[in-house]
Amino acid sequence: MGVSAQPGGASGAQAGAGAARPAISLRGVVKRFGAITAVAGLDLEVPPGICLGLLGPNGAGKSTTMRMLTAQSIADEGTIEVLGYTLPGESKQARAEMGVVPQLDNLDVELTCRQILTVFARLYRVPPDERAAAVQRALQIANLTERAETRVDLLSGGMRRRLLIARGLVHRPRLVLLDEPTVGLDPQVRQELWSLIDALRAEGTTVLMSTHYIEEAERLADTVAVMASGAIVARGKPADLVREHAGEQTHEVYGPPARLEELRAQGERAGWAMRRSGPALAILRAERHDGTLPEGVRRAATLEDAFVALTGEEIE
Amino acid sequence: MSEGDVARSSSLAMSGGRNRRMRRLHRIEPAAVIGVVSRDATVFTRNWKTTTFSSIVEPTIYLLAFGFGFGALISSIGGISYKQYVATGIVATAVLFSSAFPGMYGTFLKYRFQRTYDAFLAAPVDVDEIVSAEILWIALRAGVYGNVPLLVAIAFGLDPLPTALLVPFVCFITGAGFVAFGVTLAATAQSIDNFSYVTSGILTPMFLTAGTFFPISNFPPVMRAIAEINPLHHCVALVRDLVVIGIHPAADLLHLAVLLVFALGLWRVAIWRMRKRLID
Repeated sequence: MGVSAQPGGASGAQAGAGAARPAISLRGVVKRFGAITAVAGLDLEVPPGICLGLLGPNGAGKSTTMRMLTAQSIADEGTIEVLGYTLPGESKQARAEMGVVPQLDNLDVELTCRQILTVFARLYRVPPDERAAAVQRALQIANLTERAETRVDLLSGGMRRRLLIARGLVHRPRLVLLDEPTVGLDPQVRQELWSLIDALRAEGTTVLMSTHYIEEAERLADTVAVMASGAIVARGKPADLVREHAGEQTHEVYGPPARLEELRAQGERAGWAMRRSGPALAILRAERHDGTLPEGVRRAATLEDAFVALTGEEIE
Repeated sequence: MSEGDVARSSSLAMSGGRNRRMRRLHRIEPAAVIGVVSRDATVFTRNWKTTTFSSIVEPTIYLLAFGFGFGALISSIGGISYKQYVATGIVATAVLFSSAFPGMYGTFLKYRFQRTYDAFLAAPVDVDEIVSAEILWIALRAGVYGNVPLLVAIAFGLDPLPTALLVPFVCFITGAGFVAFGVTLAATAQSIDNFSYVTSGILTPMFLTAGTFFPISNFPPVMRAIAEINPLHHCVALVRDLVVIGIHPAADLLHLAVLLVFALGLWRVAIWRMRKRLID
């Protein structure tokens, strides 16, 4: 496969230089499905080399956004650029230079790990003389070398997930889209995948990761963009988001539901920022109300506090 | 690390060898089509026995039952023996079975349940290439499977003309049309159960009015007119000429033209329908 000549367009040619141009740029993007607006005027820029966590509850528009970045969904309004290529016209070029790890497992269960990676190395136009090495490298990254000849239907859920990631990395992409990479996995497997994603980020690959797990965004993302109802409602480093939207400390008061309702009413009169947190009522920015709060447990504010303060929705 | 720091370190990383500049990619790229075919071929190495069995056993049973059953009662049709008549006609049946059904069921399963096409579309592969690859691969198989009835007939004494060597090509073209037909239906159907209507209401009548077991010249005028536009009939007539009767240039070119128009027309329709299904 040749690798010369001109890339997709003027924008693509500039992207090849890879300087300060954002890896992903969405401006005023709207996507409707009939009467439902899944993405409502989305503006988002992802600089090269960072891991951006797109955090939002189910139905926030994260997966639709991911699909628009591969042109599997076409925006009704707005402009989308990926690696300098304008979508949907130049999406094929953009897809050649990025890797996608889907939320849903779409592996061919009859094939082995090596067979799947070989097929995708070919689809990603890895030159024939480099294909075997590319497959081997992807197997190593995903820690699947010893399972290279194992059929997918004989792999565990965690291994299949790692194979999906290996498939998205087989061509050494500049950008990786991870759509809910650890959804439905047990904690141990999740930790394994987090290490894998962290290594990717450390290597300098740009990562856009949608997730509805607070901890995942907090641990892996350099920057978090909180998405709700199809738009970005806040963006920043996790610590900055927490400080800005939930303060320094959160005060949790435990008690029977009636007591918590009574306390909520009192808090509304006093202007406290509050949310239900399981069996407790969490009072945000507790440092501002020292001496006036009922007995409870003081803890550092979290991204979850900030998320609920921003969106009004609970999340995992 | 700030976003700016990370961006700077990244731009250094991205200037490394891993960011090969791709050449411009076109709408239908042989590399993508071959890539998808390579996936199908790899899967085929796992399931070739069942695929082959289902594609050739039924036509072969028809051949044996009609050719040697009715063949004992009917001496000849149109100047050739009934065994020759059925053996050449059954080729089209084998092509139909090995192309329309994989086109319908295989495609439906891949996009609806296995989400295989979503995986391709996340790579630099477009709907045009996916559909073209599916048609190419299944038509290639049909080009092989379609010959099995002839080989069986040869084993039982059929003496083919040298032009019979062109039969795989005819099977390929006919198969391409019927795969595209199947893909179109798969992209249109809401449920896999919908295919029952197609099998009973379209494919079975096509199969019976193709001139496989009896000549369409005896049909009433309206039925005959319908049978004349049945692509399977043109496949049967062309194969019969190539194997036992001999070439009639004008008529056979017309048969070939019908098959090519059928294949090319449905190829575009299949792409259009599948794009509507896969891209929202």
